[in-house]
Amino acid sequence: MTIAALRRLQMPGLAKMERVIVSMQDPDMGIKMRNQRLLITVIPHAMTGNDIVEWLIQKYAISEEESLHLGNLLVKHGYIYPLKDPRSLVLRADDSPYRFQTPYFWTSSKWPATELDYAIYLAKKNIRKQGDLIDHEKDNYNLLHKRINHTWDFVVMQAREQLRAAKQRRKGDRIVIDCQEQAYWLVNRPPPGALNVMEHGPERRNCHISRVQLPENTDYYKREIECCRKAMGRTRVKSSICLEGYIKFNEQYVPHDPIMSGCLPSNPWITDDTTYWAMNAPTVTTPTKLRVERWGFSFSELLGDTLGRRQLLEFLKKEFSAENLSFWEACEELRYGEQVRIADIVDSIYQQFLAPGATRWVNIDSKTMERTLEGIKTPHRYVMDDAQMHIYMLMKKDSYPRFLKSELYRNLLAEAVVPPETKKRVFPFMRKQRHSSPSPALLLPTGEPEAKVEDQSKAVAVPMES
Amino acid sequence: MATEGLHENETLASLKSEAESLKGRLEEERAKLHDVELHQVAERVEALGQFVMKTRRTLKGHGNKVLCMDWCKDKRRIVSSSQDGKVIVWDSFTTNKEHAVTMPCTWVMACAYAPSGCAIACGGLDNKCSVYPLTFDKNENMAAKKKSVAMHTNYLSACSFTNSDMQILTASGDGTCALWDVESGQLLQSFHGHGADVLCLDLAPSETGNTFVSGGCDKKAMVWDMRSGQCIQSFETHESDINSVRYYPSGDAFASGSDDATCRLYDLRADREVAIYSKESIIFGASSVDFSLSGRLLFGGYNDYTINVWDVLKGSRVSILFGHENRVSTLRVSPDGTAFCSGSWDHTLRVWA
Repeated sequence: MTIAALRRLQMPGLAKMERVIVSMQDPDMGIKMRNQRLLITVIPHAMTGNDIVEWLIQKYAISEEESLHLGNLLVKHGYIYPLKDPRSLVLRADDSPYRFQTPYFWTSSKWPATELDYAIYLAKKNIRKQGDLIDHEKDNYNLLHKRINHTWDFVVMQAREQLRAAKQRRKGDRIVIDCQEQAYWLVNRPPPGALNVMEHGPERRNCHISRVQLPENTDYYKREIECCRKAMGRTRVKSSICLEGYIKFNEQYVPHDPIMSGCLPSNPWITDDTTYWAMNAPTVTTPTKLRVERWGFSFSELLGDTLGRRQLLEFLKKEFSAENLSFWEACEELRYGEQVRIADIVDSIYQQFLAPGATRWVNIDSKTMERTLEGIKTPHRYVMDDAQMHIYMLMKKDSYPRFLKSELYRNLLAEAVVPPETKKRVFPFMRKQRHSSPSPALLLPTGEPEAKVEDQSKAVAVPMES
Repeated sequence: MATEGLHENETLASLKSEAESLKGRLEEERAKLHDVELHQVAERVEALGQFVMKTRRTLKGHGNKVLCMDWCKDKRRIVSSSQDGKVIVWDSFTTNKEHAVTMPCTWVMACAYAPSGCAIACGGLDNKCSVYPLTFDKNENMAAKKKSVAMHTNYLSACSFTNSDMQILTASGDGTCALWDVESGQLLQSFHGHGADVLCLDLAPSETGNTFVSGGCDKKAMVWDMRSGQCIQSFETHESDINSVRYYPSGDAFASGSDDATCRLYDLRADREVAIYSKESIIFGASSVDFSLSGRLLFGGYNDYTINVWDVLKGSRVSILFGHENRVSTLRVSPDGTAFCSGSWDHTLRVWA
């Protein structure tokens, strides 16, 4: 695999950009090139910034803003370079002249940019400008001079040779090659503080390049085969049925989606008014209508809402099956609890809910009860799974539908509030004061704020700790 | 012995080809029940109107690339981590910084807020996941109470608390995911199956379920049973690294964002990919994805500095948001769906609504 091909694999964005560049240069569908005048010289095969923006708008059916953004990316990655003001890799949507970078200097072709090449480039500049390099180039030049001092003669010789060869070319060609080279180095050795498009995150050990490193051995393939075999046997649902599910879910939830439908009285982020959060706090005296309606969507919605769960408990008490919810909660505590407390929690659950004569005995079918009692002899965090599922299903299939039809729920719906809408402030510059809220980290387990709390509503300068 | 070596190779090669052929047959099986496309079913859904979202808060304070962020359950606080090792807890509503800690490593690629709001977890090039209890006591040094929980053999790419403060799920460049007990640091379960670095994970929202999905450099998205450590389902349709996975709010599907510049939707019951979100003009990879509360919108942060907003049902792009000046590396919708937060290599975080 060539280095260029490898690079394109690692940076799929480059390959795509190159495809765009190639189609931009298509003789029929590409940009119409012409000669551009640069001071007194005529540069052939050039185009204006406007040409680029227009072409992208046409080709991809996008807005001017997006086209300018995309065009800018092409310039910043060095695939197109400006002729006027060449140190600034920016696309201007006017008649500024631009040219396509020669594939020789493409990021994927000439990679990585070597120290030697950079040294030669700086040396050439140094000779031409008689020592008058710009700051960061001067610094780099001196640094390289120190670092690769042993090859410096070679560097200077190469630089002189390239300068001599350049003198033999036509002025137009010379300018073009200088611009190409300069653009390449602006991308690969950006001045400090400038955007560095070559920056990447930590190395990833992609499959393509490091087959040797990752154990793609027999175990890996055996696991894959196992997974595939299981997958072959699984029950699948027809697409038409699954996809209907999305339509239904969408219908139900869109009115509850603040980004889609707004929220009453207003979105705190937009108006700086936190009433919405106050009215929808986990425990509030009168919940909003939308919230109470949502409890009717599914059992997990009811259970997942602190207030909803409380109402469910009230209802279950009336039906003398409150122990089911308590049992379920205790099982959750086991599943997500500390490893070291498992035996204790299992014992506590047994004593409260499963032991014969337990005060809050739960009604599980005999088979599950037998299995569970056997299981708790060697307690582990999933030992109550079967029993928990049984009780969960019982609540979901039995108690929940009754809850929704109950007077309790109907009253909740009737009494639920619908907040009036607060319009966006007419004078946006009179920004509402943004008040802090107590951090959850300050609350005691009961949800009460700690007694001694510093006044949080002032901006606190936090010392950076290490 | 030479003959044994030969046998090894044959077994490896034959296993590999068996796996490939099984995968092919699996795709055929999956295709049999695919009788309609999502956008066809969605034809009768009303199209979305003009979409306006703006930056409502800009959080400045990180001195280097922001790599990850997570929301607190209180809907306004967030934790963010960056390349220079700094982890900051903000009240993003007021933009005040409330806590800050400097990790002993660079590239803190993962951070998470505990469900109680009383602790945060983070990690990166140190190959570990550490938990810091949040304290307001001025006399206490946050780093002093640090708990080292997870230990991997390569970088930590993602972490998430489960339903409580006491368990953490991690994903790593060593190709595995793992479930840990926070208090003791004990490894509860490990998940093997990815063929390369695992880059992301997300826990299923289901009340009864115990599953999560992970995505990696092997282009696979895998769904796991947390209890047994087994891979339940596997999807391999992306053409490049999967940077981000996120469950659809109903838990029946999940979305993925990849370096191949597409986002995709996979349905768990149909057991297949059901939508691709892509556009020819989008060239760079999607680094981070999340759904709006109803799942109608999919927000994608991309490496070309933009955020694209997709209509999940119709498959079209609704909007493109500009603002960040470098890669968008992380994006999460707030717990109550009122806004989303994006973090970028331009050192800032933005809250959009």
